[in-house]
Amino acid sequence: MAAQIVKESVFAEDFRKLIAGSSEPAALRKLREEAFAYFEENGFPTQRLEDWKYTNVTPIAKENWRVASPDTISGEEKLTGLLGRFNFERNGFTALNQALANISIVRIPKETSLDQPIEIAFEGKEAIATFPHVIVIAEAGSKAILIESYTSSAKSFTNAAVQIFVDDNANLTHYRVQKESAEAFHYGVTETSMGRGSVYNATSINLGGAISRHDIELKFTAEGSEAWVDGLYMINGTQHSDTHSIIDHTVPNCTSHQNYKGVLNDKSRAVFNGKVFVRENAHGTDAQQSNKNLLLSNDARVDTKPQLEIFNDDVKCAHGATVGQLEEEELFYLLTRGLPETLARNLLTYGFAEEIITKIGIEKIKAELDNAVLHRLATVL
Amino acid sequence: MLLEVKDLHAGIDGKEILKGLNLRVQKGEVHAIMGPNGSGKSTLSKVLAGHPSYEVISGEVLYEGKDLLELDPDERARSGLFMAFQYPVEVPGVSNSQFLRLAYNEKMKHLGKEELDPLEFNDYLKEKAKIVDMDPQFFKRSVNEGFSGGEKKRDEILQMAVLEPTLAILDETDSGLDIDALRIVAEGVNTLRSADNGIILVTHYQRLLNFIVPDYVHVLSDGRIVKEGGKELAIELEEKGYDWVKTAAR
Repeated sequence: MAAQIVKESVFAEDFRKLIAGSSEPAALRKLREEAFAYFEENGFPTQRLEDWKYTNVTPIAKENWRVASPDTISGEEKLTGLLGRFNFERNGFTALNQALANISIVRIPKETSLDQPIEIAFEGKEAIATFPHVIVIAEAGSKAILIESYTSSAKSFTNAAVQIFVDDNANLTHYRVQKESAEAFHYGVTETSMGRGSVYNATSINLGGAISRHDIELKFTAEGSEAWVDGLYMINGTQHSDTHSIIDHTVPNCTSHQNYKGVLNDKSRAVFNGKVFVRENAHGTDAQQSNKNLLLSNDARVDTKPQLEIFNDDVKCAHGATVGQLEEEELFYLLTRGLPETLARNLLTYGFAEEIITKIGIEKIKAELDNAVLHRLATVL
Repeated sequence: MLLEVKDLHAGIDGKEILKGLNLRVQKGEVHAIMGPNGSGKSTLSKVLAGHPSYEVISGEVLYEGKDLLELDPDERARSGLFMAFQYPVEVPGVSNSQFLRLAYNEKMKHLGKEELDPLEFNDYLKEKAKIVDMDPQFFKRSVNEGFSGGEKKRDEILQMAVLEPTLAILDETDSGLDIDALRIVAEGVNTLRSADNGIILVTHYQRLLNFIVPDYVHVLSDGRIVKEGGKELAIELEEKGYDWVKTAAR
């Protein structure tokens, strides 16, 4: 026992407190314990793992985080079942999330169209680790907009998980905006399961974090569905942003679109790894994937790897990645109209990102992003 | 004197293209610079606008008595210089109205005048768009993206109308235009022509000059102005061809 205590993580004490004070159903507690054991055994991922080759999370691992005390919930059988479908063994972060999860549920009733967006917002605090875990159920035939946002003005650690179930013929639009402070640490995973004839349209905006990583896994489980999994990362200074995405066509006749764009300034570094699987029986699949990057500085770096793995011939697939700089002729054109060079560069950068930003259908958020993008580089150049 | 070019030698990639060019433009004047391909017409436009790829070897360019070559391209623009591009550049993701408002307000800032907010500017832009018969639908579209050749050239003249330059250089504005588009563009330029500005029309063909009648015509050959005259010179050129001036120059 003594030997084990020496090896314990900084989370162990808070975890024991959580379990001791919990009135959660045994099945749920078991899920937490299992996940925590996994974390204690494996720890945070290291760069020896292929999926973490370019992302070093040591700065997160070595901090002495305090855990924000989660609200335990009385729980229902169904919840435990859904949580049980979460892939906590994805990595140390997801295991830790499941162990310390602060669970909330968003349920959009069937055949209901919500005219107001649902907003879930999380704010990081200095030296505190938070573990939001949201289960979103868009029931059959429902239609809604979900806004998920992360802010922080300090050195915080957010380790979030969102499980989304888009049931048959449901339609969910999902905006995820991460604009934590440049010293914050952020890990987030989005797992989406698509029912028959469902539509899911996601846009992720990643602006903040010293180290941030977003894992995405979207699975088509029945025919005739369509998904957009788009995003923008825009970083500067020494920020590190990593997006790993899996889009899994396991059934026939589904369509996926993925358009990720990156804007990197200064010494920032980004990673994009997008896998699209088209399984053996997934005929009639249409999968498009693109990752374009704009480097505004010679010291910025991006590692991009779009991957298609196709096991069926009757499919329409395309993918590509580019890394480039601002076009000199475009810059000159704007200069000849009297725009100062900084503004001209910002405007061209905005133009590059606009395609993603413009997807945000909520005027308040879009205006805020417009502004953030247009003025972001002003002080740097 | 609005513009005074004195013995200008300039080129690109180490190759001298302008070989001692002289030109004087006063406010209220329209000058046509004509010449065959490779005579240096585009080089002159680009050098005046401040394109970074072109280098000035020697000579002087004074704009309103000040050294133009000292100024960066954006400073030149804010001081009232405008070049309509032969090949207007597409700027994806940036709307015409956004772009033009920023450009307009930068100029107002420079002049110490009041800037316009988006609503005020939209009204201003609508008025200006009438000059080139431009549908306000264009305002929301990305700058020149997916525009036809004619639309791009009209957009250039709209930009000129918005920015109200003191000296406008129109680089091959007639190229790629059908007769209807040419008429719209020319009428736009004629509307903007005034006693307070000078216009330089750079063109290969006389056609444009039927619509925008110049006060002076200069013929450029091998980097130098080899013949000058009034509007009748353009007609003579059209009849006799450029070989005539080339021969005359020797």
